[in-house]
Amino acid sequence: MDFINALINGLSLGGTYAMIAIGYTMVYGIAKMLNFAHGDIIMVGGYAMYVTLLLVGQPIVALIAAIVFCVILGVCVERFAYKPLRGASPLAVLITAIGVSSLLQSLAQIAFGSAPKMLMAVQISGTVTLGSIHIAYYTILTLALTVVIMVAMTLFVKYSKPGRAMVAVSEDRDAARLMGINTNAIIAITFAIGSALAAVAGYCMLIKSPTLTNTLGAMPGIKAFTAAVIGGIGSIPGAMLGGIVLGVIEAISLSIPGLAPFTDAVEFGILIIILLVKPAGLLGKARREKV
Amino acid sequence: MNRIAAFFKKPFIRRYANYLVIGAAALIFGLLSVTGALSMSNQFLLEQISIAVLLAVSLSMVVGFLGELSLGHAGFMCVGAYLGGKIASLLVSAMGVGESNFLVLILSLLIGGAVAALFGFIIGLPALRLRGDYLAIVTLAFGEIVRSVLMNLPSELFGGTLGLKTPRFTRQYLFIIALVLVLACLAVTQNLIRSKHGRAIISIKDNEIAARAMGIDVTKYKLFVFTISSFFAGVAGVLYSYTQSTVQSATFDYNYSIEILVMVVLGGMGSINGSMIAAALITFLNVKLQSVLKGDMAVLKDVIYALILILIVIYKNAPGLSAFREKYNFKTLTAKLFKKKETVSKNGDTVPVVQEEAKDE
Amino acid sequence: MSEVLLKVENLNVYYGMIHALKGISFEVNKGEIVSLIGANGAGKTTTLHTITGLIHPKEGRVLYKGEEITRTPAHKIVGMGMVHVPEGRRIFQGLSVYDNLLLGSYSRKDKNEIKENLEKVFVQFPRLAERRTQLAGTLSGGEQQMLAMGRALLSSPELIVLDEPSMGLSPLLVGEVFEIVKSFREAGKTVLLVEQNAKKAMSISDRAYVLENGVITMSGDSRELAEDERVRKAYLGA
Repeated sequence: MDFINALINGLSLGGTYAMIAIGYTMVYGIAKMLNFAHGDIIMVGGYAMYVTLLLVGQPIVALIAAIVFCVILGVCVERFAYKPLRGASPLAVLITAIGVSSLLQSLAQIAFGSAPKMLMAVQISGTVTLGSIHIAYYTILTLALTVVIMVAMTLFVKYSKPGRAMVAVSEDRDAARLMGINTNAIIAITFAIGSALAAVAGYCMLIKSPTLTNTLGAMPGIKAFTAAVIGGIGSIPGAMLGGIVLGVIEAISLSIPGLAPFTDAVEFGILIIILLVKPAGLLGKARREKV
Repeated sequence: MNRIAAFFKKPFIRRYANYLVIGAAALIFGLLSVTGALSMSNQFLLEQISIAVLLAVSLSMVVGFLGELSLGHAGFMCVGAYLGGKIASLLVSAMGVGESNFLVLILSLLIGGAVAALFGFIIGLPALRLRGDYLAIVTLAFGEIVRSVLMNLPSELFGGTLGLKTPRFTRQYLFIIALVLVLACLAVTQNLIRSKHGRAIISIKDNEIAARAMGIDVTKYKLFVFTISSFFAGVAGVLYSYTQSTVQSATFDYNYSIEILVMVVLGGMGSINGSMIAAALITFLNVKLQSVLKGDMAVLKDVIYALILILIVIYKNAPGLSAFREKYNFKTLTAKLFKKKETVSKNGDTVPVVQEEAKDE
Repeated sequence: MSEVLLKVENLNVYYGMIHALKGISFEVNKGEIVSLIGANGAGKTTTLHTITGLIHPKEGRVLYKGEEITRTPAHKIVGMGMVHVPEGRRIFQGLSVYDNLLLGSYSRKDKNEIKENLEKVFVQFPRLAERRTQLAGTLSGGEQQMLAMGRALLSSPELIVLDEPSMGLSPLLVGEVFEIVKSFREAGKTVLLVEQNAKKAMSISDRAYVLENGVITMSGDSRELAEDERVRKAYLGA
């Protein structure tokens, strides 16, 4: 039964990773960059929730405020830090993204201090018990949000005009421009969606454990990127699958006493193995660099 | 003034000016320390600067020269620090010698560096075949693995969460050895870059396909350079372990890797001398600022580094700023400063940085 | 003289240090097929990219229907009635044929117009109708070219800019592609055609320009140019 509990925990953890991984993978596919600061958007969303809770005290309002704030932040970061570098070497963009990540973390520490903030109002406790299986309420909520987001994203990409334009831009940016697609606008939308999902992911993390620090998003961010690579970077279904797979692996590894301290090592080890064996990931297309 | 300028203009001097400067520093500070004029804290500062320079020069090989990004440089350093420190204490007790044994130091430097190099090879093997971003993420993952594994192994092995106790070396001499190591690293790096393949890599870095077409096994060469770079990161780690009484794996986190990256970028990605100057400057500031910025304000320096990093990269790479760049750059500004006298470039050895194409968007 | 649809004045384009277009000027009149011929690297594709806003020139102007579009971004130009079918077709391989066509109509707002255009394309290219749900990457080369041209038609263009439409196709399909280009003119559209296959291009076009090393060296009525000794030697393999 421990295994089933671990599996359920893994699914909800994986859902959180999937939400973050979608942001990574969309930006990677469309803007062709690794947005290193994506994980830190989660953290900023956490502080936006913290401030809203101080003012209003309503968790739902706090979540909405976090989403709005993260969307604005994500779009601004893209506009001012990444857009000037469009067409520059990927290395330059990556280093800038690292700079943004470091900037957000240190600014948050200056603004809120290094002592953790406790968002008790957001935390959801209590469990449902079915026989020997215990499912926490936050797990149920996270799973529900994950499903809603996955369905919504799938429909959006497949059937909406901007969604289709996103796929077009990720496939061939110049050809997309020739179709009349404003690629700058599409990239901005991509950042907006990714940041909104990051805010929701941050919410899912805080309802489980309400401790907020300026490095809240760092490790989940890196793990979610790992998830995106496992699923096949650039592929949205891949990010979903990779997130779930990684979450389940993490939860199972944590449930095995001897292995638990090495969980991070296990996950990153899997990343390295995936890159060795199947660099395009589970659902990614093998693509050759264009000459 | 003109005489000095003329002296530095000689090709031989230009080429070896950096060696001369470091050698002279080692000599002068060495004499000062023997006579007792150099305080302990300054000796420590010199050690830290040497470590930073070793890290920056070795990372500069990867970032500036190969055009790849490693975010696990601190991880390789960590391997060196733990392995070297462990080997050193084992040797000290096995050989029954004092902690400041020169042979033990050399052996641990070599072993620590070699193990770090081995890890670099293993990591680089898959990652260097893939798109650049993968190397970044894989090295980052590697750094985290190393950290968490070393911390969670049984404490008899590497000290566990309490950290590894390491031998110390007579402070007076350690920094001189450190400076000599810097010279060795510099020699290896510059010779690599000036080698036949090195030149080829520089000239066609932008276009790997062209390089491959010319018959250069790019991956093999990249792997070689990456391994060497890891070696020196490991050496820096061993050196670090000698400057501390215990080594904590938490030290070598991702932020440490970023700090090394800042040095390389600030030094003008690819300029070895620039990296060295930036490393020395940042380390100096870090040590001096430690007493000024207290508590949470200590991150103020991180804010500044991050901003500098972003602004420099945008300034140097943004396609939209190419005209601005041509007008206001280091050369033209210094030329103006010295009333259009021909300026002496101390960076006789700058490697061209990733030159972006002015792609229109 | 008929109405001038596209006018290019003294275009100068640089790629870094390379001076790719050295002050070229030409015009395309409404209802014409104008071909731009020249060897590899003469600057044909660069010219088209500059016209449709993918790159911007250092000097010179591009006028479409009398309006200056030199610095207009590519995505706005489509909405003005000029569409570019790029070299190598550049269809979206991972999307279905239908989605590719819908992306072609991205600049159009009118749902009925899009529907009508779709129907017209499916009538003209029945193969695309048969394969509408198939991934575009699975089409044959000829079908992909049809898709690229059909996709362009969905933006209700007045001027179609075609870059090497016959590239990599079998002789039979090449003939078919040129028939389609001719049909564009019959449907009242204007065509600017870049081709390596100069012989075919000149046989269907009204006028032609010869581009050599970034300079227009000859121009005139296609039939007359085809008789020119230099053109025959250099481009028609006579």
